[in-house]
Amino acid sequence: MFGKLDLSAIPLSQPIPLITSAVVILLALGVLVLITVKGWWPYLWRDWITSVDHKRIGVMYCLLGVLMLIRGFADAIMMRTQQAVAINAPGYLPPEHYNQIFTAHGTIMILFGAMPLVLGFMNFLVPLQLGVRDVAFPTFNSVGFWLTASGALLVNVSLFIGEFARTGWLPYPPLSETAYTPGVGVDYYLWAVQISGVGTLITGINIVTTVLKMRCRGMGYLRMPVFCWTALASSLLIVAVFPVLTATLAMLTLDRYLGFHYFTNTAGGNPMMFVNLVWAWGHPEVYILVLPAFGIFSEIFPTFSGKPLFGYRSMVAATLFICVVSLMVWLHHFFTMGAGAAVNTFFGISSSIIAVGTGVKIYNWIFTMYGGRVRFETPMLWSMGFIFTFIIGGLTGVLLAVPPADFLTHNSMFLVAHFHNVIVGGVVFAIFAGLEFWFPKVFGFRLHEGWGKTAFWLAFIGFWVTFAPLYILGLQGMTRRLQHINFDVWAPWLYVSVAGVGILVLGVIAQVTQLVVSIRNREKLRDVTGDPWDGRSLEWATPSPPPFFNFAVMPNVEGEEAYWGIKLRAVETQQLSPEPAYEPIEMPLNSPVGIYTAFSPRSSVSR
Amino acid sequence: MGGLQVSEGALARAGRRVCRGAAPGLLCLALTSCSGGVLDPAGPVGEGDATILIDATAIMLAIVIPTILLAFWMAWRYRASNTKAEYLPYWSYSGRIEAVVWSIPILTIMFIGGVIWIGSYKLDPFKPLSDKVPPLEVQVVSLDWKWLFIYPDQGIASVNQLVMPAGTPVRFSITSASVFNAFFVPRLGSMIYAMPGMVSQLHLQADEPGQLWGISAQFSGDGFSDMQFEVKSVPAADFTGWAKNARDSGPVLDKAAYEALLHQTQRVPPSTYRAVDSGLFQDVATQKIPPGPGPQPGGPEHAGREVSPDGSTGGKD
Ligand code: HEM
Ligand SMILES: [Cu+2]
Repeated sequence: MFGKLDLSAIPLSQPIPLITSAVVILLALGVLVLITVKGWWPYLWRDWITSVDHKRIGVMYCLLGVLMLIRGFADAIMMRTQQAVAINAPGYLPPEHYNQIFTAHGTIMILFGAMPLVLGFMNFLVPLQLGVRDVAFPTFNSVGFWLTASGALLVNVSLFIGEFARTGWLPYPPLSETAYTPGVGVDYYLWAVQISGVGTLITGINIVTTVLKMRCRGMGYLRMPVFCWTALASSLLIVAVFPVLTATLAMLTLDRYLGFHYFTNTAGGNPMMFVNLVWAWGHPEVYILVLPAFGIFSEIFPTFSGKPLFGYRSMVAATLFICVVSLMVWLHHFFTMGAGAAVNTFFGISSSIIAVGTGVKIYNWIFTMYGGRVRFETPMLWSMGFIFTFIIGGLTGVLLAVPPADFLTHNSMFLVAHFHNVIVGGVVFAIFAGLEFWFPKVFGFRLHEGWGKTAFWLAFIGFWVTFAPLYILGLQGMTRRLQHINFDVWAPWLYVSVAGVGILVLGVIAQVTQLVVSIRNREKLRDVTGDPWDGRSLEWATPSPPPFFNFAVMPNVEGEEAYWGIKLRAVETQQLSPEPAYEPIEMPLNSPVGIYTAFSPRSSVSR
Repeated sequence: MGGLQVSEGALARAGRRVCRGAAPGLLCLALTSCSGGVLDPAGPVGEGDATILIDATAIMLAIVIPTILLAFWMAWRYRASNTKAEYLPYWSYSGRIEAVVWSIPILTIMFIGGVIWIGSYKLDPFKPLSDKVPPLEVQVVSLDWKWLFIYPDQGIASVNQLVMPAGTPVRFSITSASVFNAFFVPRLGSMIYAMPGMVSQLHLQADEPGQLWGISAQFSGDGFSDMQFEVKSVPAADFTGWAKNARDSGPVLDKAAYEALLHQTQRVPPSTYRAVDSGLFQDVATQKIPPGPGPQPGGPEHAGREVSPDGSTGGKD
């Protein structure tokens, strides 16, 4: 059952992981004791753990994502401080520890932070926006979530028992083969990512089916909110590429466990094949994350401008265009492996063509504000911050897609700055904007504006102070993943960057404060209308929080922006719609299948 | 292609003008603070790469800066408190704006596409730099965690030290005897991967004598942070002198000496070998000599919390 692990896997001799482990275990125990003492277990079991309600599952996804973002941020603080103190010095994290931290950071942030949040938004919103009562396969949905959660647990267990991979978030062979990394770290990585990958695939299938088969009456494809389009595109990508990831990692697993030679150095293995396959998943993966983020902004801009989205059809076209083209660009991650001029040209041009779709979207958001009444509430601040940050990130992305420029900047701090520019500025800003925007819908009360704005400004400024210096460091020739630094010239910018992390820490504190303050003042912040922002799509037609059946009567949609249309008609005719004919509702029962699938010892992998 | 080249030249010139004029901000801050980096090239390849990097940035800034300004102007002009701005609650389509909105990014990307096309061919790392001057041959092997440079024509080799004659093109043949690495001398330009069982080609040249440095740009394990090497560009005569000196002293890189190099070591000081087994590079690249064994039980790399494949703990007990 424990495979390669034995008692020596517990880091008794290393203070940093040991203390972290102790603190985390104590905290977790504390929470468990609290739940037990207060007698909350039956409630949790009944209303959350076995729930197959898409809204509950969406909320649990988001909670998991937020927890993992915090864990990943802790890793980030360690990395930036290590690089700031390890200039011509060993610093406080030895390589075998530092290398685990950057690997865990990347894996956690993308697969267990951003992904669950994005999937959580899709779960919560898609059925509500389509005017239906649940996703296509509710129990299956719960299985998907709990698989992702168990993958996340596995990653975090590696903190105390054994180690995590030290290979980077994409474990390139031959480094990740047993010959060069014999420890259990890569095995943790493989099982955790495989399990959560299956969970993601399940959710992808669910969303695709829901959008294709379950829209309410009148909700034609070209009347769907753009968020649903982006959720569809993102889920189609999930269905297309997660199996590729699963197969690729399965091959690496066979190499490691059964002595196969898919990617080994010797006996005819081809490590470059791994690089190809993993990026065939990896590049679409970044669009899986960012397309729903675009969807979130496409809801926010019209709402806070008080007018419809500009160029809806263009927006849909651009989304589908990005969805398809993102499958054809993966080689830009290894222009420097010497593919030859023709191949590099093809992939360089195909990569930069994606920016056309993105560019169109940016202009459409800008023109949505034209002729509007723009309200700068917190979600809108995040959106404006996004426009600025993402344009710059797109610029540096296209720059990296120019092969000769990439020959200078590949794997440098410049690259690190690029992808944080798009992932933080795009995905994470969207997540915070979305949390702020839909929080009242989910929990029935708004978040505190003042703390929300404070958190935005700290995050925005902190982001730029942290990452702008990395562009310069990259141009100075600094590569990524250095555990210590041998060049003094890089020191000043590393110090600036660590100061930026300080600002980001304040941002996180502001964010937490906002939550606490809002919960305490929840009566004052109560949303009694169900429509706190003057929303435009169907989720705002429900009370906040929505009942578990979502709609007492299935809506009948008569145009784009369904709820706005209803409101307009009510204003014009000066009356509410007639009392509808209520019919009995059929809803799925709770089911513990999900949690059993993910955690029961019988079904878990034991070796 | 002809048309593309013309437009590229014009663009490059325009780009440089833009850089001098409109975009002094971040870019030029970066430029000035980059001495010693990729924007301070010391040879034709680095210069070509850097020019393309700057040109492409300038082309994009020409469109990105107005877009950002437009976004903020729009948000400010139509703020809710500005009652002077007209309110168009139904306005959501304009064919003319749509056309512009699609054509601006398409045109920009067409320009960039031209830069990509021309640049990829012009700066293909496999392409020789000159057909008149014969290049110096250097074979590069990345090892855990150091670089081996073999000079087949001189019959010598060096570790973590690359000496090259200024003004002469150098042809690097690059492979790895363990995991992936990337061979990169920032001021000389283009990096390329070192991969086991494969040979990559790279042509570089340093124009002037000077002291440079190189680095591995692909993470390769615990000793990665010190996988750096000194690069000396010296006058041609000095190069001959250096080679002669190297031939007169130091050990021989035979099978046994190479075996020793295969083992994992860190912070290896520069050194030279008096002679090299001929065909060593071929045998490494074709893996006739098996690649490095990776961490060994009992070695320092095993001292952590690591357990070896057979389940026994290494080093700790
Ligand atoms: C405007 C479109 C974009 C283009 C043309 C682009 C281009 C590129 C290129 C060429 C690279 C590889 C550079 C290298 O390894 O040398 C890269 C890396 C990366 N990009 Fe982008 N990018 C774009 C947008 C995005 C977006 C929207 C995201 C995420 C939401 C993203 C996330 C990443 C990540 C995570 C990496 C680095 C992965 C790694 O090496 O670990 N990019 N991008
Ligand atoms: Cu990519």
